[in-house]
Amino acid sequence: MPETPILRLENVHKSYGDTFAIHDVSLDVDRGELVCLLGPSGCGKTTLLRIIAGLESMDSGTISFDGQNVQGVTPHSRGFGLMFQDLALFPHMDVFGNVGFGLRMQGMSSDRVQMRVDEMLELVDLGNYRNRKIHELSGGERQRVALARSLAPAPKLLMLDEPLGSLDRVLRESLQVQVRSILKEIGVTAIYVTHDKDEAFALADTIVFVDRGAVVQAGPPEALFRAPATEMVARSLGLRNLIPGTIVRASDSVEVASTVGTLVAGGSPPDGMMTGDDVLVIINERGLSIAPVRHGSAGNGIELSGVINARKFRGGESEIHITVGQGEVVAIAPSNDAQSSLTAGDDIFVFVPPESITLLPPSQG
Amino acid sequence: MRASRLLAIGPLAFLGVFFLYPLVAILAKSFGGGALDLGPFQVLLGDSYYLGRIWFTIWQAAFSTFLTLLLGLPVAYLFARHEFPGKTLLKALTTLPFIMPTIVVAMGFVALLGPGGLVNTGLSNLFGAHAPQIRIANTLTIIFMAHAFYNYSIVVRIVSAYWANLSPQFEESSAMLGAGRVQTFRHVTLPLLLPAIWSSAILVYIFSFTSFGVVLVLGGSQFATMEVAIYELTVKLFRLEIAGALAIIQIVFTYVFLFVYTRIQARSAVPVTLVHREAVSQRKKSVRDMIVVVGIIAGLLVILSPLLALVERAISTSDGYSPTHFVALFSNDSGSYFYRSPLQVIWNSIRFALASMVIAMLVGTAAAYIIVRPGRRSSIIDALFMLPLVVSAVTLGFGFLVAFNRPPVDLRGSWLILVIAHSLVAYPFVIRTLLPVLRGMPPHLKESAAVLGASPLRVFIHVELPIIARALIVGATFAFAVSMGEFGASLLLVRPEFATIPVAIFRLLGQPGEANLGQALAMSTLLMAVVALGFVTIERFRYRDVGGF
Repeated sequence: MPETPILRLENVHKSYGDTFAIHDVSLDVDRGELVCLLGPSGCGKTTLLRIIAGLESMDSGTISFDGQNVQGVTPHSRGFGLMFQDLALFPHMDVFGNVGFGLRMQGMSSDRVQMRVDEMLELVDLGNYRNRKIHELSGGERQRVALARSLAPAPKLLMLDEPLGSLDRVLRESLQVQVRSILKEIGVTAIYVTHDKDEAFALADTIVFVDRGAVVQAGPPEALFRAPATEMVARSLGLRNLIPGTIVRASDSVEVASTVGTLVAGGSPPDGMMTGDDVLVIINERGLSIAPVRHGSAGNGIELSGVINARKFRGGESEIHITVGQGEVVAIAPSNDAQSSLTAGDDIFVFVPPESITLLPPSQG
Repeated sequence: MRASRLLAIGPLAFLGVFFLYPLVAILAKSFGGGALDLGPFQVLLGDSYYLGRIWFTIWQAAFSTFLTLLLGLPVAYLFARHEFPGKTLLKALTTLPFIMPTIVVAMGFVALLGPGGLVNTGLSNLFGAHAPQIRIANTLTIIFMAHAFYNYSIVVRIVSAYWANLSPQFEESSAMLGAGRVQTFRHVTLPLLLPAIWSSAILVYIFSFTSFGVVLVLGGSQFATMEVAIYELTVKLFRLEIAGALAIIQIVFTYVFLFVYTRIQARSAVPVTLVHREAVSQRKKSVRDMIVVVGIIAGLLVILSPLLALVERAISTSDGYSPTHFVALFSNDSGSYFYRSPLQVIWNSIRFALASMVIAMLVGTAAAYIIVRPGRRSSIIDALFMLPLVVSAVTLGFGFLVAFNRPPVDLRGSWLILVIAHSLVAYPFVIRTLLPVLRGMPPHLKESAAVLGASPLRVFIHVELPIIARALIVGATFAFAVSMGEFGASLLLVRPEFATIPVAIFRLLGQPGEANLGQALAMSTLLMAVVALGFVTIERFRYRDVGGF
């Protein structure tokens, strides 16, 4: 049953002078959904959050929440929460003062503030921290206090601006899991800004790719991986087999002449493309099979022959870089006995099934 | 948006009416009232006496600044890089001279090195009546000494705060790259410190440039600075147009200096960091370091000796120590018209200081908020608001006399004129104490509070006010102390019945006799005590070390 989105952005524009900060952004967020805005720094993610929060104005467009246009509603009356990258914990208050701030602003009675703060601190696993001073806390503890503070007033929408940005990798990864489970436990609608794709994938129900102030692609993480809409998205996702080519046949299946040889993809070419057009081929690195001898004709794929360039162990997998023709193909394969004898310089055959290939229009410029 | 516009109007209007308008009045006066009559300037620049005063002011300030740096830098090093017992107390003492009213500083040097001063008395006690005497009263030497004494804490404050925040890793890297201690200082530390040294040097130069009380009391008329010359032209010679021309030349000089100062300061602004001082202070102790420390502490005591001498002289009489002079303050032996009961004088000083403090707080706080608002013109606005600090007090008083001397605004007989003059001199201190806190405020604090549901007013009350409260207290105390000690403007503006402590001291000095000198010393001691008490408060509430300038 399709639900109407709780937050709806329509054609939001914002420019500073003659440069676009936000360019024609439309976005729907469902109730209880956890959306990650993902993109390089400076792409406008933070500006978008600040516009939604009402801290920054927009030039045109509409933002509505629960069917109500929020234009003209001051930040403190919107009932949204925003967790800043620098956390902005009040240095002159203790943990209790910080977490209870929003509740006191609502005029909640002191007893209920006490209860709610305790409840929030339990939620973020800081049960006995209520009287700690902010400067006594570690980085991870501060992060959790800031989260508790944002959650305490039960915001209708919670926005988080790179909240884990300043932490080291190990702590960040453990907090990602915690943050997601806390947000899901409460069921709050949340928008989470990050430039780290791993973080976005660990957290999000839906990922929204932002580049140069515009939404490039939005969808569930798996869908993005399966079918990145642009080269930028593909690169951001860490895909490496991005091979430029030209369409040489476009009926039944699509044949592409590329630097690694002729490749065959299933289905039809991208919208409006035909024979003779340039195209970007993405080969799924986990969809390949490699062997020191020819595979024989196992299905309707293509077999490329190449030379192993380098081989890296990564836990239970090997990452094998193979020089094919004028280009390079990266394959990831389980580190089993058959693979372990392969070394750089060996001849190798790569089987490319049609379903491992995605075709994109080449990026402009 | 509209509220902040309104906020901006207050201090700008205050500055406009009570500062810029009097300056314009001076301008009008010096141009002879007519359009571009350069007569007074021609008189001034054709007169070798006044040319001499201008040149003297320029070079004495330069030499005073050099001496001040010489005195201040080692102490700055001591505070920035060493831990020792009693450091906090010593730091507080170091700042004492600067917040002391100039009249107290001048009296301190009289008490220490004057004809009947502590040193000369000590010498004759030791060697009899024919003992060698130090005769530096009314010499340049004593003026330089007093300037260095008065200003070195500026150097200490600014440079040591900057130095202490400088990561020792720069110096350690330099050492690892093979540089010796001297090379490291020359090529690494000194260049890094240069912005701080420059900005303190310019400030010291400005203060020496506009020095009044010290020169008037210690120098006599042959060492008159431009400031003293303006005073004499106004009060003794009644040549207001010449005084005006001289005042304008002085203003042009000081504004240029001040503009350079704010530029340097804005460029070298260090955000308030949470670096622990202990982590920065040098941990390794060597015998050599100990010698440095002991030596500098000994030097500090010498620096503080004029204040100690002041107290000693105030309680000493020919029959040994007794509170005679203090008691004498409370009886009117001379029956002079100028005589005012010290109780009344003290009460005058206190109530004027309280009133000035309130005005200075309102104006200074609003101005600080205007300055921190983002914008390209912020350093120009900053310099504009700081102008009253460097446009000398005498010029200010002179401007008031010229501007508010006829209905509808004839303030000459009112105590209000004093209070306004004092708040003009005092509010820049409020700005300077508030700015670092406002600039150091984490950027999203206010927005965070807003998103959590606090209206702008409640954001101010619950978030901003608690954070700036300490700086506000410091600023208020500064304003109070500045008003208590204000001398130049008061001397020009005050009516006998509204005499303040510094003016009363000066009047006592002008009367012959040991008893009057004793009373002047006693009153200076009282003033010093009041101001020192205020300063203890400041030290308790100071926002790290960054406040002040």
